[in-house]
Amino acid sequence: MPIILATDFIVYLLFIGALFFVSLAIKRQGKAFDVLRRIKGNRLAALSTIALVAYGLIAFCDSVRWRDAITDEKGVVQKTEYGKTIFNPEPLSILDRVFIKKREEVEKTFSAPLADTLFVKETIELPDGPTIRDYPPLKYPGTHLLGTDKVGGDVFFAALKGIRTGVVIGAGTTVVMIPFAILFGVLAGYYGKWIDDIIQYTYTTLSSIPGVLLIVAFMLIFGTEGYQGGIVTDKDLALSIFVLNERLFWLCVIMGITSWTDLCRLIRGETLKLRELEYVQAGRAFGSSGLAIIWRHIVPNVTHLVLITMVLQFSGLVLAEAILSYIGIGVGAETGSWGNMINNARLELSREPSVWWSLAGAFVFMFCLVLPANIFADAVRDALDPKFRGK
Amino acid sequence: MARYIIRRLLYAIPIIIGVNILTGILFFYVNTPDDMARKILGEKNVTAEAIEGWKREHGYDLPFAINSGEDGVEKITQTILFQKSVPLLWFDFGTSDRENVDIKEEISRRIWPSFAVALPTFTIGILASLVFSMLVAFMRGTYLDAWGVVACVVMMSISTLFYIIGGQYFFGKLLKLFPVSGYDTGIHSLKFLILPVVIGVISSIGGGVRFYRTVFLEELGKDYVKTARAKGLSEAVVLFKHVMKNAMIPVLTNVVVSIPFLFYGSLIMESFFSIPGLGSFTINAINAQDFAIVRAMVYLGSILYIIGLVMTDISYTLVDPRIRFE
Amino acid sequence: MIMTKLLEIRNLKTYFKTPEGISKAVDGVSFSIERGETFVIVGESGCGKSLTALSIMQLVPEPYGYIAGGDILFDGRNIIPLSEPEKRKIRGDRVSMIFQEPMTSLNPVFTVGEQIIEAITLHQGKTRSEAKTLAIEMLEKVKLPSPEALVNDYPHRLSGGMRQRVMIAMALSCRPDVLIADEPTTALDVTIQEEILKLIEELKEELKSSVLLITHNMALVRRYAARVAVMYAGKIVEQAAAKTLFENPLHPYTVKLLSAIPGAAKRGKPLDTIPGAVPSPTDFPEGCRFSGRCHKEMTGCASIEPLLAEREAGHLAACHLHDTEFMKKDFAIPLKRESIEREEKYRPQAKKDKRTLVEIKGLKTYFPIKKGILKKTVGHVRAVDNIDLSIKKGQTLALVGESGCGKTTAGKTILKLIESSGGEILFDGKDITRLSGKDLLRYRRLMQIIFQDPYSSLNPRMKAGDIIEEGLKSLKPGMNKNERASIVVKTLGMVGLGPEAVDRFPHEFSGGQRQRIGIARAIAVEPEFLICDEATSSLDVSVQAQILNLLKAIQREFSLSFLFITHDLAIVEYMADEVAVMFEGKIVEKGTVEKIFSNPEHPYTKKLLASVPRIE
Repeated sequence: MPIILATDFIVYLLFIGALFFVSLAIKRQGKAFDVLRRIKGNRLAALSTIALVAYGLIAFCDSVRWRDAITDEKGVVQKTEYGKTIFNPEPLSILDRVFIKKREEVEKTFSAPLADTLFVKETIELPDGPTIRDYPPLKYPGTHLLGTDKVGGDVFFAALKGIRTGVVIGAGTTVVMIPFAILFGVLAGYYGKWIDDIIQYTYTTLSSIPGVLLIVAFMLIFGTEGYQGGIVTDKDLALSIFVLNERLFWLCVIMGITSWTDLCRLIRGETLKLRELEYVQAGRAFGSSGLAIIWRHIVPNVTHLVLITMVLQFSGLVLAEAILSYIGIGVGAETGSWGNMINNARLELSREPSVWWSLAGAFVFMFCLVLPANIFADAVRDALDPKFRGK
Repeated sequence: MARYIIRRLLYAIPIIIGVNILTGILFFYVNTPDDMARKILGEKNVTAEAIEGWKREHGYDLPFAINSGEDGVEKITQTILFQKSVPLLWFDFGTSDRENVDIKEEISRRIWPSFAVALPTFTIGILASLVFSMLVAFMRGTYLDAWGVVACVVMMSISTLFYIIGGQYFFGKLLKLFPVSGYDTGIHSLKFLILPVVIGVISSIGGGVRFYRTVFLEELGKDYVKTARAKGLSEAVVLFKHVMKNAMIPVLTNVVVSIPFLFYGSLIMESFFSIPGLGSFTINAINAQDFAIVRAMVYLGSILYIIGLVMTDISYTLVDPRIRFE
Repeated sequence: MIMTKLLEIRNLKTYFKTPEGISKAVDGVSFSIERGETFVIVGESGCGKSLTALSIMQLVPEPYGYIAGGDILFDGRNIIPLSEPEKRKIRGDRVSMIFQEPMTSLNPVFTVGEQIIEAITLHQGKTRSEAKTLAIEMLEKVKLPSPEALVNDYPHRLSGGMRQRVMIAMALSCRPDVLIADEPTTALDVTIQEEILKLIEELKEELKSSVLLITHNMALVRRYAARVAVMYAGKIVEQAAAKTLFENPLHPYTVKLLSAIPGAAKRGKPLDTIPGAVPSPTDFPEGCRFSGRCHKEMTGCASIEPLLAEREAGHLAACHLHDTEFMKKDFAIPLKRESIEREEKYRPQAKKDKRTLVEIKGLKTYFPIKKGILKKTVGHVRAVDNIDLSIKKGQTLALVGESGCGKTTAGKTILKLIESSGGEILFDGKDITRLSGKDLLRYRRLMQIIFQDPYSSLNPRMKAGDIIEEGLKSLKPGMNKNERASIVVKTLGMVGLGPEAVDRFPHEFSGGQRQRIGIARAIAVEPEFLICDEATSSLDVSVQAQILNLLKAIQREFSLSFLFITHDLAIVEYMADEVAVMFEGKIVEKGTVEKIFSNPEHPYTKKLLASVPRIE
């Protein structure tokens, strides 16, 4: 029984968008090709692209999930008295299944990376009588690449699960934000007068509220209920396979609603310039309607701004998730995320001796997404921004 | 020029009113006072009387926007929206939802620790960024430039949380150079300030240098630079005299708008370093879901932002003669 | 007495590293400048003339540009191997330069005086107050009003012409031996151009400097040069005294260039054009770079490079035609260039029709000036102030004037792209001033416009075919996709482009080709009236000739009426039937071209005609 989360849609969209972009690049068309050319010439950018693709694929694998039917020891599928198959309430994604062992091989509590024993001493009873305090051996010694956390889960696997959250936030927020920004920016710039006044007033008011607090406000009011991961109950489900009330999804929506103002301003500025260009005048000389001109001439010539902003903001959003989780209004404690790992691990550091691997794992994974994203964003900007282009 | 400023200030008024109304709706309408009462009094078995009592105590026992029970002006003034929003205009923030703390007093007390951390971070941060970015711009085309840019991108990609936690661990716990967190008054506060300021500066340098470098490079491509070189001026003079002054204009937009926020306090920094400033005030309120405080802080933030915008406009006139003599 | 050569350039090569290879922008240029003379380098865009000037100043843009060879001798001393501090001593002091764009060449945050003083104190070791006095003196020399006050003004208070004077003052403040002027008047109005160039000449005499003038305007060359060098594709192809060059051009390129310039004598005939395009600097052919385009090309020209050599006294040319040794060989056979020699005959003119097509009565376009806190309207800018015009069917009315006179605004108002504030616009007798919406759409089809800048007049994200189709979609809604597609191809053919252009994007075309697409866009809907707003001002002379020929051809075939907005009087003389002179929103004089040019009455008209340097 497949289960599709609201944020799974975002990942699918991202995937389709990336494929579309690549197909344009291969066909040597337009901007996609410019970007490709730029990247080919720059080793750093090429490496970054590979890293991003790898993360994207992992996120994709973690977004295709389904429930297994419950079977007894003999492999017979269990059914209710009405003949309906009973499913395991927790759906597992492709990523979960690939790493099924890591998921299940749980220890009791902390253990250092690649260690043989637990990190904490316990009272152990020796077979021949006397009790000692020593580090008990692990159930699965030497298999935990980044050690285990407080409840014994493999840290490496936990960090892996955080990838999808990071990618979704980076991509989902921009997907929500872009239509608003384009719509309002173009309308304000092209029609001017009172439409411009209203839109400018709206985004000035919105942007004068500190971003974090605005997100806090919305999340406190709207977003705290909602599916966070793990077991899917019937009340979460719509049409028996969709989960729409998902906290991560609402977080993306809210972050999108609160962040469209900067891009909107940029687009408005660009539209003002474009409006005076001669090919727009020619369009008006043809008697084309305002909407036709906007669609044909304005929107295609602001897409470079959109793409640049999208990639530039991506890394910032991933970093923001960590901070929001720290404040307590992030994805929710049950969703796998680096922010949560950091939050939990903060206290672990102050232990004597300190437990550092959870923190390290989260940071390394996050860094390896954000750095390539920044480098890729620079390459995109250099390729598309007319100011940077050419000699 | 005075007219220009007056016009900007006049424009700020509808914005403030808009912010007021928007936050009022968000905090007190969508999220009803009944829900707030329930959360604060505790989930288990709250009586209707307790809720009403709490509401009366905190001024939430009125209708939201229109009071049909009253006549004339009172229809509007005897509402939550009015009662909770209008006093904000003269900075009467009321009392907090949870503990009946006078918000205004609390804010005025907590401003100073925030300022004590923010000001040095800000000034040192900007100076450092400017110096490094100028160096890098001067050395453009050389390895220093290329490595400089890479270093910036790397530093920008490291989360602030890491700088803080790592910094606290490294300097505080391992090297035991500075106290990890806490605060004190007067001279003694110095030892508590050093670590947050240092970490604050390091975490912002990456982005700062990159931004300023871009500004300098853009100016270097302009025509007046060609003229300056043609006169026989050295690259150093061209950069530090001619380009610098022009580059100040975009730099100022960036810098001046942040000045009012020096009083606001960084939420994260203060929380991690236990600085009793406005940032930690806000975070605690968020965790406690004390909307009166959160709303007050949001409003304060907006005012500071608008002040920042006006100050930016004013600073333009100081640096750009084209605007000064408009 | 031996005249020492002040500046001698020997085989200068300045190259650029580009993704497509090494661009040999300046590829073996040699010339010299004597003391006190005005030497002009003339050529079309991309020939390398500006880069030559920058190379002399040792200001080649790094890191992609570099001097690849040759010597630059200033007063006998090679300046290329000098150290940077030594070069800086020369720059601004012995050799100085002024640039093309006066509006952006001065630092906006320093006063005019500051910038001049800076040059003086740098090179002449004077104190600040001495320098200030000298600065004021220089401002006086360049004939700027109230120099003592102006010295404390910021550049944004001055007009383009005034800023260029400041640049000249700054450049000459250290009394350099050579002043390099790179297109100093291209961005300025015609009447100002005249003043600036005269000023440079006067100061040159007074300060005993030499001037190296870079330009693309042949008429300026005629008036101001002592000696001229013609550059093409990175090389000098001809060099002579100015008079000799115009009376007896030797190189075929020079010949064609001169015959491509429009003028009264060429009325009624197509202008001579040069087929093909300039070779790319990353890929120059082995032999003569003009091969493939030359009307006198011989079999050996494509593989053997001609050297610049003296053919007649003081007259150098890089062409095999004048090389007696070459002409004896068997590869000196002229190629048959039927396609080049083909006379571009004008297509037969459509039936004559003398009615007035467009009539403008008392047209006004005012823009409100808003001041004060509440932005009250305190007055109006009268961009177009009560003008009357009439254009007959099949005729061309030229609207001339300088920048800011309102001619472009007038054009846009007539086309109803801008709201008029009064007056009437009559098209074929019908008053269209107050029409809008669907009613206006009928007339829109009949009036179209072609713009100046080939780069901003086409949507870079639309294919050429779509660009041309846009008008059809809106103004001929009855057509289906196939009908439109065939019209697009037909129209492209009319402007000389093939059907493969349909799927190409603007950046794949040259400037001239883009103008053709712009023309195709306008004529696809079969208009009767066309406004050409400086349609050829951004084009090279040879390309301009092609476009003017094209416009003339379509005018004759479709009996189009043109409103030709321009500042170039040579085009007016060549193309127009009637001319109206505009100044500060008003028409100060109008009449037939013959009358106005031979007997102007209004003082402004006289001034305008006097300032424009012409070849004939």
